[in-house]
Amino acid sequence: MPVITYRQALNDTLGEELARDPNVLLMGEEIGKFQGSYRITEGLQSEFGKQRVVDTPIAEEGFVGLATGAAMLGLRPVVEIMTINFILVAIDQIVNHASKIHYMFGGQARVPLVIRTPSGGVGQLAATHSQSFENWFAYCPGLKVVAPATPYDAKGLMRSAIRDDDPVIFIESLALYDTKGEVPRDDDYTLPIGMAEVKREGADITVVSYSRMTVVAMQVAQNLEKEGISVEVIDLRSLRPLDRPTIINSVKKTNRAVVIEEDWRSYGIGAEIAATIQEEAFDYLDAPVQRVAGVEVPLPYAAKLSQASKPGAQDLINAIRRALQGGKRWQK
Amino acid sequence: MTKGSKAQQARAAENGRSDLASEDAEQLKHYYYQMLLLRVFEERTSEMYTKAKIGGYCHLNLGEEATIVGLMAALTPDDYIFTNYREHGYVIARGVEPGAVMAELFGKETGVSKGRGGSMHLFDAEKHFMGGYAIVGGQLPLATGAAYALKYQGKPGVVVCQMGDATTNIGAWHESLNLAALWKLPAIFFIVNNGYGMGTTVEEGSAEPELWKKGSAFRMHGERVDGTNVLAVRDATRRLRQQAEQNGEPAIMDVISFRFRGHSVIDADRYRDAEEVKRERARQDPVLLFANQLTEAGIVDDAWLKETADRVKREVQEAIDFAEKSPDPKIEDLFDYMYATPVPNTPGREEAAAIAQQISGGRK
Repeated sequence: MPVITYRQALNDTLGEELARDPNVLLMGEEIGKFQGSYRITEGLQSEFGKQRVVDTPIAEEGFVGLATGAAMLGLRPVVEIMTINFILVAIDQIVNHASKIHYMFGGQARVPLVIRTPSGGVGQLAATHSQSFENWFAYCPGLKVVAPATPYDAKGLMRSAIRDDDPVIFIESLALYDTKGEVPRDDDYTLPIGMAEVKREGADITVVSYSRMTVVAMQVAQNLEKEGISVEVIDLRSLRPLDRPTIINSVKKTNRAVVIEEDWRSYGIGAEIAATIQEEAFDYLDAPVQRVAGVEVPLPYAAKLSQASKPGAQDLINAIRRALQGGKRWQK
Repeated sequence: MTKGSKAQQARAAENGRSDLASEDAEQLKHYYYQMLLLRVFEERTSEMYTKAKIGGYCHLNLGEEATIVGLMAALTPDDYIFTNYREHGYVIARGVEPGAVMAELFGKETGVSKGRGGSMHLFDAEKHFMGGYAIVGGQLPLATGAAYALKYQGKPGVVVCQMGDATTNIGAWHESLNLAALWKLPAIFFIVNNGYGMGTTVEEGSAEPELWKKGSAFRMHGERVDGTNVLAVRDATRRLRQQAEQNGEPAIMDVISFRFRGHSVIDADRYRDAEEVKRERARQDPVLLFANQLTEAGIVDDAWLKETADRVKREVQEAIDFAEKSPDPKIEDLFDYMYATPVPNTPGREEAAAIAQQISGGRK
């Protein structure tokens, strides 16, 4: 199977979907002539033309709303928000409108819209360019939110998102764009929205993760195996709908859980997972659910401070050890 | 615009009240009937609200009857309409049964949005009525996008984006007008200018109080129209919709009328001088003005006006009866319409049934 980057997987999929369906179009700032700030749309405007790959002015609220309205009339726009930080300018259109149009009007209108955007931080992008807001959208009924961790998943979920008749927030990651993985050629596979994947089976503890943190969790699991600790890794893949049964079944097996997320700790994805586990698997827990998340500060620029604020492999290892040790209090 | 230009002459004709001779009498009578229907529908809606048949917020079109009927008279079935939350009359004038509108206000399953939307969120896909939107300015990018889709797919028609005067101060206005002009979209930005955004006057909210000029930054044509004159609104809309459809020239219509009551049914209107409101209502009542005009022109007489009033009264009563008798949406259907494409791990009939069970259990 060919090995390609996450970026290439996205680029290929967008091109294939443009070729497949004339109602699919791409929109966003600098995606055409400039070929995309992170080169996800590279080469697509020259291949499909300015009508299909549309450069917009800097007006996120305007073009996200425009794409929503166009979707109501049958187009299938895929909008790029350069980074998730800028999506806040468009949040009225997404939360107050796109998410509600199908339900609020009694099923009379559909919004087949994809908004794709990289979340999280990389390098020293500082406070306004390193945020993770996927939980803001995962909170909102009517939206679907996916966050693939691998090139294979990026392709399968992007296909599903574009072919889905509801608004899908497609979370990418700056730090994942250059990562590589196997992706089959000539295989029109899709991945279901709303399903998690047990990415690695294990017996001692469950680590729940998504997007870049899944990559971190897989590395940690591999390393801990050498110490004889068997870690099960769940990749959520979809944040709304959330695949609770997969999480619960895993915790019932391992009796311990850690959630790792790049967003801020309070009110984050981890809080939701931890609450779900205590509601549905309380009697199976041998230790409190641990959370690994970002430190709650506007991310500082200075490299040392920035590094200290972001969650990483060592934080996850520490949390796993806490969970395993904590369990000893209950062990006979 | 040069003096005596064609467009100016057209507008002069549009704004004249006396030129009924060239009109089809039956058409004029139908306009009057529609205007009266909206008037009575809204008066009875207000009454139903005070009787607690209608919940939430409720904004009436009283005083806008000529604006609405004139607009709808100029549109074709291909056209799409997006409005704000003050939209009962638009839906009815577009041809939706008043009963289905009243049923929505009553929160019934037979309502235009199946009781999920309410007064501020009416919708009718078949009539291309693309929704009432209750966040000020929200409909602007959406309508612009619908116009984009028409152009992209090479379909006929235009998109009308209705809004209140104060909406011209929000960011979405500027972004949408820029996009519509930049991409030459078939859109009409239709401002219902009643002088007030809730209690704030146009002058208190907009550095440019002549709202039709606010497209100049986007090189977009705009004009002011007498919103109490059904023919003026109709003719201006016809002319501008043609330019939008054929030449991709979007336009602003600044349509002036007088808001008869407070911002919403529950607004006591304390910020306006009561005497002035009384005087202006008498002076700018579009229904009364049109009745007088038609009578003077010999097109209708008192008997016809009485007959029409009785007909409208009866039809609105029928709408209320229909709403009253219609079933409530079932709790078992709570999660219907959640997603257009079903996906795993979403609540459905089973979860809704459990909620219904819990509620009925609690009542025992």
